[in-house]
Amino acid sequence: MSSLITRVKRNQIAQLIAKGKRLDGRGLTDIREIKVEQGIIERAEGSARVLLGRTEVMVGTKIETGEPFSDTPNEGVLTVNAELVPLASSTFEPGPPDENSIELARIVDRGIRESKAIDVEKLCIEPGKKVFVVFVDVYVLNHDGNFIDASALAAVAALLNTKMPNYEVKEGEVKMKSGYVPLPMKRHPITVTFAKINDKLIVDPWLEEEQVMDARFSMAIDDDGNICAIQKGGSGYFTPQMVLEAAKIAKEKTEEIRKKLKW
Amino acid sequence: MSQKPEKLIDKKGLRLDGRKPDELRKIKIEVGVLSNADGSAYIEQGKNKILAAVYGPRELHPKHLALADRMVIRCRYHMAPFSVQERKSPAPSRREVELSKVIRESLEPSIFLEYYPRTGIDVFIEVLQADGSTRCASITAASVAIADAGIPMRDLVVACSAGKVDDTIVLDLMDEEDKLGMADVPVAFMPNANAITLLQMDGTLSLEEFETAVNLSLEGCKKIYAMQKEALRAKYVLLKEDEE
Amino acid sequence: MATYEKKQLVTPGDLIVEGDFIPGENTYADNNKIYASRIGMVDYENKKVNVVALRSFYIPKIGDIVIGTVVEVGFSGWTVDINSPYQAILRASNVLSRPFRPQKDELSEVLNIGDLVVATIISFDRSHDPQLTVGEPGLGKITRGQIIRITPTKIPRVIGRKGSMISVIKQETGCQIILGLNGVILVTGKNREDEELAIMAIRKVEEESHTSGLTDRITQMLKEEKAKREENKK
Repeated sequence: MSSLITRVKRNQIAQLIAKGKRLDGRGLTDIREIKVEQGIIERAEGSARVLLGRTEVMVGTKIETGEPFSDTPNEGVLTVNAELVPLASSTFEPGPPDENSIELARIVDRGIRESKAIDVEKLCIEPGKKVFVVFVDVYVLNHDGNFIDASALAAVAALLNTKMPNYEVKEGEVKMKSGYVPLPMKRHPITVTFAKINDKLIVDPWLEEEQVMDARFSMAIDDDGNICAIQKGGSGYFTPQMVLEAAKIAKEKTEEIRKKLKW
Repeated sequence: MSQKPEKLIDKKGLRLDGRKPDELRKIKIEVGVLSNADGSAYIEQGKNKILAAVYGPRELHPKHLALADRMVIRCRYHMAPFSVQERKSPAPSRREVELSKVIRESLEPSIFLEYYPRTGIDVFIEVLQADGSTRCASITAASVAIADAGIPMRDLVVACSAGKVDDTIVLDLMDEEDKLGMADVPVAFMPNANAITLLQMDGTLSLEEFETAVNLSLEGCKKIYAMQKEALRAKYVLLKEDEE
Repeated sequence: MATYEKKQLVTPGDLIVEGDFIPGENTYADNNKIYASRIGMVDYENKKVNVVALRSFYIPKIGDIVIGTVVEVGFSGWTVDINSPYQAILRASNVLSRPFRPQKDELSEVLNIGDLVVATIISFDRSHDPQLTVGEPGLGKITRGQIIRITPTKIPRVIGRKGSMISVIKQETGCQIILGLNGVILVTGKNREDEELAIMAIRKVEEESHTSGLTDRITQMLKEEKAKREENKK
């Protein structure tokens, strides 16, 4: 099926939204059904699969050891990578990460990093020399809109599922012990994405709404209701009033999701 | 290697460079600085030194990138290897790829793209020296360069950052504040349409602090907008002589 | 209630006037407000608000005479650079006086890359490249003369009111001058010196285009230069 949206559909969506409704029956600020599964990939140190409506994202984490960054010698390292896999959509092409996958990776990274979700100081093995490096790899498997929120959710779920090798430092030497310990997590950031269609804001746009929207922006909120990351995308704009209004809605929505997931 | 300062705001409430929390850095904007580009601008903001050039509208190569109903904008944000303390590799980093995208998206709403279908504009931004909030200074310069190229626009786009350092909301973050502060909120704005065309944030802010930061950055934007207009007039008023 | 009066300099996004006005060149309307979309000088034509752009590029218009450079020789015609965001096409069938035979006719022998042509735009809409014709007399390949480029918006000033400016320059220099509306001008004189003189005059018009009394000053300048040359010859 062509990914082009017809003028008829475009008008349909706009007219409904003007009345406060959406094509799939949701209200303007309703989020689709969320399903989270953890631990599906045994070879990964941690994994999760999230279904947000029909958008599907899988995240796998791997733990390795490496050198810390020079300006943070006592902290572990977080690296997030994202792939918009060609099988997820007729619009994703094979090849090296393009600006959309790079942006996705950096949005997911920011939410985790700025909220201090991982207790990175507990990932320090030998200050300045050896730390744990956490690789988070985001794989978008089916694109039915808003893979940003689905990816962010899956990334945190995968981290919560992650086990790191157990070790002890004896006589200045690092010795690996048997067994695993959970990755030390302090916070659970949740991201909410808004789209603007004809001057109305909707939450969690699905694919056809994304094809019609002027612009989107995403907010990551931590457990205390603080904002820790924002990213506006798309070639349209938002008024300052809309942004501040959205922040309040985002806080409410993340509280709802947090309760549901028990994070 | 420089020492990490202990406090970013001193007892008198002044920042590392002596500014008050709501003060902008010194800004200089020059228009038409490159003879080959169709439009160009140079900005200095604090120690930031950034050059923006625009080529177009012109035919797109490869042709299949062209759109049948509107102009295409391509944007390349790039930092010179010598622009930062530790030499940066000239190859485009992931950060530069992301910034190229968000900068392009901040400029698009200002241009009448539908006037010249099947053509393209290339916006090139080179950061010669970086000192925090480079994406904001880049947008401010790029928008002026687009106007200089004679490309029809709805309005200029202006950008300014706000953030939080040592529990104080401040305007126009410099490098140390960007790196060591508690939050950074870059904002790009089109004043006539009351439109925010770029908005990002990293750090931690309560909803109230976020509102304060956004409002502060918009005030900064309005001041810089006047400077953009001033710079454009300064170039063209020389070509216009008095009526006899 | 006008924020900007006639002849004032405006930049994109400047609110020119509010009220019952019509947006003209390089402006746009939002509700009752007229804004500038390019840098230029405000001009009021009764209820119509125009901005005379100080910097713009050439967009083809049907009927315009343009001067361009051949940049590509194709199978059935040539691609011509007319100093515009849109490249122009000149079909072989338009140039050759007999039917065009793709296998037999070597197009590069008629017009090759780098050749200059004077042509007229016969068709253009934003979804197709402009088409040229050289069918009329005075059009076709350029073999003599010098080419200069100026901002397309200044061409009307070089022509002058009812052709007054361009007549003066032609008269005083004895040159043939073809003004491409795309900002490219062809000057053909009896010798190089005459051509240089005409070019000097055109450049002066371009630089001082907003001033008044220019036609007289150009006439003056040309007479003085010619007198100087006579002196040097002695």
